[in-house]
Amino acid sequence: MTEHHKEWTVRSAYTGEDESELLEVLRKGDEAAFARLVTRYSGSLLRIALAYVPNHAAAEEVVQETWLAVLEGIQRFEGRSSFKTWLFKILVNRAKTRGERERRYVEFSSIAGESADSEEPMVDPAQFDHAGRWITQPRSWDEVTPERLLLSKESRALIDQAIASLPAVQRQVITLRDIEGCSSQEVCNILNVSETNQRVLLHRARTKVRRAIESQLGSSLIDG
Amino acid sequence: MDKDFRQTVMAYLAGKLTCRQVAEAITDYLDGSLSFWQRVRFELHLGMCIGCRNYLRQMKKTIQLLGTLPPDPIPDHIRDELLRRFRTWSHHQKHTGERSEQEWR
Repeated sequence: MTEHHKEWTVRSAYTGEDESELLEVLRKGDEAAFARLVTRYSGSLLRIALAYVPNHAAAEEVVQETWLAVLEGIQRFEGRSSFKTWLFKILVNRAKTRGERERRYVEFSSIAGESADSEEPMVDPAQFDHAGRWITQPRSWDEVTPERLLLSKESRALIDQAIASLPAVQRQVITLRDIEGCSSQEVCNILNVSETNQRVLLHRARTKVRRAIESQLGSSLIDG
Repeated sequence: MDKDFRQTVMAYLAGKLTCRQVAEAITDYLDGSLSFWQRVRFELHLGMCIGCRNYLRQMKKTIQLLGTLPPDPIPDHIRDELLRRFRTWSHHQKHTGERSEQEWR
């Protein structure tokens, strides 16, 4: 198990037992249960939707539609997947339809890096010499902590920007996997992609975000 | 096995992977999807290459950082609207059961 997954286990503790109880009372029409789920998941839904649709207003509408679809389907939800996976899947289907309608999804599909088998390299080739060795050795980031990076508004904006400028499918994968902490199987299930494709897309996306952090470190945080 | 020989064997095995290949395989490595021998070569290379060790740590830190980005809260008007819709739904549920799920919308 990687460090990342360990961390996620802690973060997702809330999807445990109390959630099935919450769903049980929701089925019986308990408003507080619904309010809790809406509070718990809407922020996540919003940022996943933003990987499909061009603006906040459209993403908000997709989130609303998703919750209404949850109410429609909750009696039939059998708990074969987790509630979170089921919920994210509903959202993704709706966001995809909405994105296609807004034409953005279609336009972006033709851009390089959109599919896993495009020619886009897995790493930045300029970092390596002809023999595949580092031209400049990567340095240690031991002094960097997420807290410290996110303290600065500037770095937060830069990371958001790096994510927003990823090709749509890479953004979808990294949002679900690394930002929302879904497992590889969950992401494949939600997005309906193979594990191999998912890893290729994820790796390209991570490589770009890493580069954005590095450029930010180079410009300001080194002495900070 | 004598030490020089062992080092030669290790260098040979690790030498089969370039830094670029290591950098490309990091997500596969972290996901546990490398084969046994790929993993051995990957780790041998790491053992001998400070640059790749640092790069792996940078990637792990990037992933960790992404996992701490807090979501923006949902705007109040959307929450209120959803709760209003919920009341209609729940009222409908209690009075008509599951058969007419669509009507409440």
